[in-house]
Amino acid sequence: MDAEILARIQFALTICFHYIYPPISIGLGVILVIMEGMYMKTKNIRYHRITKFWVKVFALTFAVGVATGIVMEFQFGTNWATYSRYVGDVFGSPLAAEGVFAFFLESGFLAILVFGWDKVKPRTHFISTMMVALGAHLSALWIIVANSWMQTPTGFHIVQEGIMTRAEITDFWAVVFNPSTLERVSHTLSGAWLTGAFLVLSISAYYFTKKKHLDLAKSSMKIAIVVAAFASMFQLFTGHLSASQVAATQPAKLAAFEGHYETAPADLYLVGWVDEANNKTYGIKLPGMLSFLIFGNTYTPVAGLNEFAPGDRPPVNIVFQAYHAMVAIGMLIILLAYLGVFYWWRGKLENVKWFHHVMMWSFLLPQISNQIGWMAAEIGRQPWIVYGYLRTKDAISKTVDSGEIVFSLIMFTLIHILLLALFIFLLIRKVKQGPDGDNSENDNPEQQLQFAE
Amino acid sequence: MFEGIDLNFIWFVLIAFLFIGYAVLDGFDLGVGTLHLFTNDDSERRVLLNAIGPVWDGNEVWLVTGGGALFAAFPHAYATVFSGFYIPFMILLFAIIFRAVSIEFRSKSESKQWRHTWDVAFSISSVLIALLMGVALGNIIIGVPIQANFELRTTLFSLLTPYPVLVGITTVALFAMHGAIYATTKTEGELKAKLRKWANTSMIAFIVLYVLTTIGTVIFVPSMFKNFSNSVFLYLVPLISILAIINIPIQLNRGKEFRAFISSCVAIATLLVLFAIGIFPNIVPATIAENSLTIYNASSSHKTLGVMLIIALIGMPLVITYTSIIYWIFRGKVKLDKSSY
Ligand code: HDD
Ligand code: HEM
Ligand code: HEM
Repeated sequence: MDAEILARIQFALTICFHYIYPPISIGLGVILVIMEGMYMKTKNIRYHRITKFWVKVFALTFAVGVATGIVMEFQFGTNWATYSRYVGDVFGSPLAAEGVFAFFLESGFLAILVFGWDKVKPRTHFISTMMVALGAHLSALWIIVANSWMQTPTGFHIVQEGIMTRAEITDFWAVVFNPSTLERVSHTLSGAWLTGAFLVLSISAYYFTKKKHLDLAKSSMKIAIVVAAFASMFQLFTGHLSASQVAATQPAKLAAFEGHYETAPADLYLVGWVDEANNKTYGIKLPGMLSFLIFGNTYTPVAGLNEFAPGDRPPVNIVFQAYHAMVAIGMLIILLAYLGVFYWWRGKLENVKWFHHVMMWSFLLPQISNQIGWMAAEIGRQPWIVYGYLRTKDAISKTVDSGEIVFSLIMFTLIHILLLALFIFLLIRKVKQGPDGDNSENDNPEQQLQFAE
Repeated sequence: MFEGIDLNFIWFVLIAFLFIGYAVLDGFDLGVGTLHLFTNDDSERRVLLNAIGPVWDGNEVWLVTGGGALFAAFPHAYATVFSGFYIPFMILLFAIIFRAVSIEFRSKSESKQWRHTWDVAFSISSVLIALLMGVALGNIIIGVPIQANFELRTTLFSLLTPYPVLVGITTVALFAMHGAIYATTKTEGELKAKLRKWANTSMIAFIVLYVLTTIGTVIFVPSMFKNFSNSVFLYLVPLISILAIINIPIQLNRGKEFRAFISSCVAIATLLVLFAIGIFPNIVPATIAENSLTIYNASSSHKTLGVMLIIALIGMPLVITYTSIIYWIFRGKVKLDKSSY
């Protein structure tokens, strides 16, 4: 296999594995802030105990997130050296800003969050929790600024300098707020909140089915339902904004999302299959609906894939399937979140057995959507790495040969599978153990004394 | 913005600052990792881990941020070095991953076998990281075969020549000493006595290796000293460096571990400043001098360097403030409790 394909597989593999953990960190971060905030407000020791439990889960996730993230930071240099030379002037700044503004904040205050329970006042601890969550959100912001610039590049010009051409910044804020940043940051963050919320829902549901740690399960589930109910609607909303934005800036990607070949009023498929050999799409569709979603009427034509030379089109069917599955799962997520709201309202959250059994596995839904959402976005912009300017095949390192990439690819595959296996194993162990000292409500008398004073 | 100011030079200094911050901070936790297997006692190992527990991740962020800043300020250096040192760099990443997770995973089970496995992973990866970073530094000192188009191709074996390997081993000894001294400030009793012994041994090893490296540099890369003819003040750096190193055993003998630790921080920082002075104005010296990556031909545009400077001026004071607060909160001796590893 040639070096380009190998480098692409390696990037896709490492980012997909990395992206298992950050959404949990981000989403759980928000939930921790809510839980500890409720403790600060009510002084009810129950919230203190559940916060402590979820902090353990958070710490585990965070460690694996960091371990897998470091690879990403350096991979542009190792595997995409030509890309790095071409865009360094523009793309490096958000990456550096992420380090300065986000990673230091997260990793610094994490120390207090995890180890500082008895070392600082409860208020300081709460502030640290908020700082960790803030750091995680800022890190998502900056990396998606970088990624969005590759999708919809603005605020730069191309200069021919010495041996190589490269992009140089002309307007920093135009780079940061490029046309797709806001849509994609909000959509991604909302996906992360769902990921955290559904993990909490799943684990709480598991405790219900086992009739263990019910106190923890009940409080945690309610908080997670609130987050999920909000985030799932926000997901739909920001997803819609993203689609309109893609229609405006990346017409080939939009056409691939819907398998739309002829320039004509466009339909919206519920399910379908793209026959790429014959430029045809089959399936169940709502006629004119895509035109309607973008333009507000069913008859405005939408540019089709035939407008683009075959060499400028992304792979269609995989993008189509990934995109449709994401949207379908998005709907399922909304359904589950509001079922939760419904049972809570009816006061039946603890007794609906089938719901617990379903919810136990629901953590997979946002995880899968995150993965395929990125696939739709990233494969959909092929063959470009910087949309309209630099092709992926021209971006790789010139001095790294396929043998070397095979070596690193095998190594990363093994390591990431091992890490995921250990992560799951340790997470299950932690869940089975439950919160510390569950048999006594009073597991931390010191903490209570502080408030009695 | 910043008309007429040599931002390239400022960024050379800032990046040096980030990597020095990394070496001084992560240096001690890599050193603690290097010494980890010298004790067999589980609770001693736990004390060692918890001495670095709250801070190692933040320390590592200096490296991540240094990498990001290098990408932004000197993209050609970032691209050339990391693609050129591909295989050793992958091994380095491998070690960094395992080190990060072994600290977290170890405490998750009481099983002896489990703990032993992660202890070994932790320690070997710590040594490997120090060694590889030293070897990389050594190669940059002697110069690498960059071609006229900035491309660099090396193999693992072409990098493992005697001088870089010597620098690598010196780095391992230096970090081991640094880590041992740090750990003495965090421990009490029997473990502390052991740590003092290890500090002494690794210090002697470091000083011997350091002298050898210096002799090697004088013989093989005399160009490292060329910049000293520019200003006599530059001689202050080696002077401070030597005084700091001499001060370490003095303070250790008096039982002033904290002062010894500060001296060892100063020693690491000044050694890297010496390195920076030596290669300046190159970032990556090439074996064919004209092909070297300098702070001018490898850099981003003036505009980007200016934007980045603003980011740094806003961000770094914040970083330094809360890093100090966190070190302050976790000051004092390690006590194992429920939230410990
Ligand atoms: C939407 C969020 C998101 C996305 C798309 C990415 N990351 Fe990430 N990353 C995070 C969100 C995050 C985080 C939430 O900040 C992490 C994850 C695990 C953690 O708990 O911190 C993190 C950790 C993390 C670390 C370790 C930081 C530390 O030592 O504390 C690095 C170096 C990176 N990431 C780099 C990258 C790069 C170069 C990416 C793209 C190619 C990337 N991440 C995608
Ligand atoms: C509810 C219906 C949804 C719609 C209409 C929708 C729409 C979209 C669109 C159009 C994109 C491509 C944006 C681009 O290429 O610039 C996208 C990407 C993405 N989606 Fe969704 N989505 C939905 C649900 C979800 C869900 C439930 C998740 C995960 C929990 C999710 C996670 C993602 C991710 C991670 C990306 C890649 C990042 C990005 O480009 O924004 N989506 N989505
Ligand atoms: C914001 C963080 C990013 C995330 C979460 C992300 C995610 C993804 C995903 C999910 C894929 C598709 C996986 C597949 O092909 O099966 C992918 C592919 C790819 N991404 Fe990204 N990406 C990110 C940033 C970047 C950046 C900054 C680059 C620049 C080098 C990049 C370059 C690529 C390349 C070259 C591929 C392979 C495309 C293909 O083979 O079709 N991505 N990425």
